[in-house]
Amino acid sequence: MKISTQEVAHVARLARLTIDDAQLDLLAAQLGDILTYVETLNRLDTSGVEPTSHAVDICNVFRADEPVASLDRNAATANAPEALDGNFIVPKVIE
Amino acid sequence: MKPLYGMTIHEAHDLLKKREISAVELTRAVLDRINAVEPLIDAYITITAGQAISDAEAADQAISRGDIRPLTGIPLAVKDLICTRGVRTTCASKMLENFTPPYDAAVMTKLNAAGAVMTGKVNMDEFAMGSSTENSAFKITRNPWDLNRVPGGSSGGSAAAVAADMCLGALGSDTGGSIRQPASHCGVVGLKPTYGRVSRFGLVAFASSLDQIGPLAKDITDAAILMDAVSGHDPKDATSVNREVPDYVAGLTRDIKGLTIGIPREYHASEGISPDVQTAIDGAADVFKNLGAQFVEISLPHTQYAVAAYYLIAPAEAGSNLARYDGVKYGFRAADPSGLMDMYCRTRSAGFGPEVQRRIMLGTYALSAGYYDAYYKKASQVRTLIRRDFEKAFKICDIILAPVAPTPAFPIGQNIDDPLAMYLSDIFTLSANLAGIPGLSAPCGFSKDGLPVGMQLLGNFFDEQTLLTAAFQFEQATDIHLKKPQLPAH
Repeated sequence: MKISTQEVAHVARLARLTIDDAQLDLLAAQLGDILTYVETLNRLDTSGVEPTSHAVDICNVFRADEPVASLDRNAATANAPEALDGNFIVPKVIE
Repeated sequence: MKPLYGMTIHEAHDLLKKREISAVELTRAVLDRINAVEPLIDAYITITAGQAISDAEAADQAISRGDIRPLTGIPLAVKDLICTRGVRTTCASKMLENFTPPYDAAVMTKLNAAGAVMTGKVNMDEFAMGSSTENSAFKITRNPWDLNRVPGGSSGGSAAAVAADMCLGALGSDTGGSIRQPASHCGVVGLKPTYGRVSRFGLVAFASSLDQIGPLAKDITDAAILMDAVSGHDPKDATSVNREVPDYVAGLTRDIKGLTIGIPREYHASEGISPDVQTAIDGAADVFKNLGAQFVEISLPHTQYAVAAYYLIAPAEAGSNLARYDGVKYGFRAADPSGLMDMYCRTRSAGFGPEVQRRIMLGTYALSAGYYDAYYKKASQVRTLIRRDFEKAFKICDIILAPVAPTPAFPIGQNIDDPLAMYLSDIFTLSANLAGIPGLSAPCGFSKDGLPVGMQLLGNFFDEQTLLTAAFQFEQATDIHLKKPQLPAH
């Protein structure tokens, strides 16, 4: 299946990626090749087949509702690009 | 006597136990070896020499108190996507170049409690996406058997480090073959456990329904020792399975007379298997025959759809998992963002390499409005059919013998511009991840050019033991695993 550069740009926006114009053409070609290949799946009739989202059949896993210690707040923010007093600093969101 | 760095885990353990060597001597020998051959191999991203020596000293103290277990004082390398408290964990990505986890992965807690010594963090394809380790943001790891060839991937650093004696054993992770394929290309043992056998807590997620941590080792006994150490249920990983773990080492010496080995018709007929690989696999079958195993032809009719199903499911999960790298909580952030959206987009485009971006794009597309049913749901249904193929096969055989990869290790650069060609080389390994079953790769021969070729043994759910036992009996009957790559001695 062919995928247009406009579609690639749309998906890039959804994925929060900035793709420059030169890369758009290359990605459209590469994704088109891969999508053409995966369409071999359409040769299979899968009507009525349950999808598998997990290899092992596990249902809900619960634990006792008991509080346990969590990560120290300063340790949790220590890897942040910008942090202050245990808070993450981000660019201004609302103008 | 062979040099200390050339020892297997069980050989070194015997010497430590008899007090013929100390853990510090052993660790120093491995660190010297790393210094000597790292310029040729480029396996390590971070070498933790100082911590390794002090952990070895602690191991020696434990040994002097009589507390010695199979991994006490044993130098191991760890794939750089397993979180190590206080030691940076990069996933071979610019995105996590300076990320230092504040906690240990469950497998690290287990290895530390077992007295193991970590020599460092080893190279991989960025976020484990790749089959050659060429997608690392930092370096290209070379195959110790031929420095112009790839070590395989994504656990290429782990496999190369084991093959080049730069550690005694290693941990890797396998989402579509990332332990088994590099093990095959580097002539070492690799095991992908059943999904749920080993905790994924602290494993940086690529595709959560497919990822498993497992060992890369110099021989089967070492792989069993590592499996004994890292297996088991963990409340912190809700997908880990609460099921008794056998003593894998103790089970190795079981007889395999009468074991039924399935040969998949579809794999045999597959185009693109090189004569080198076919010859090695046929030779392995003869060895098993002589050991008293019997063979049965089986059918895995949906094999031809595995690559397509995998390359929709894995990217879809990756697209979701990697949404967390947004420049806020940890990792890279692009400089001087003009606003939040600008920060997200420029951070992710500058932080992720081309293959990771390609897979995020593919996964986002497959999950986007209007395409979900046609791609993701369809692939998940095919996944069911692939699992049923195996369930049916294991009614008539105990294990399956198959190739690991269609060819021996390929030259660096050969497939890098053709992502689809690279994906197709994963044909024999992906199915095990989609189905959730365990798979083992062990050396079974050499190509005409002297490159190692591995065989793959696939087993039923939670039956790692039969894979290890069969491969151990094979190893006892052959000397293939004893051949080493020719690297300068020192």
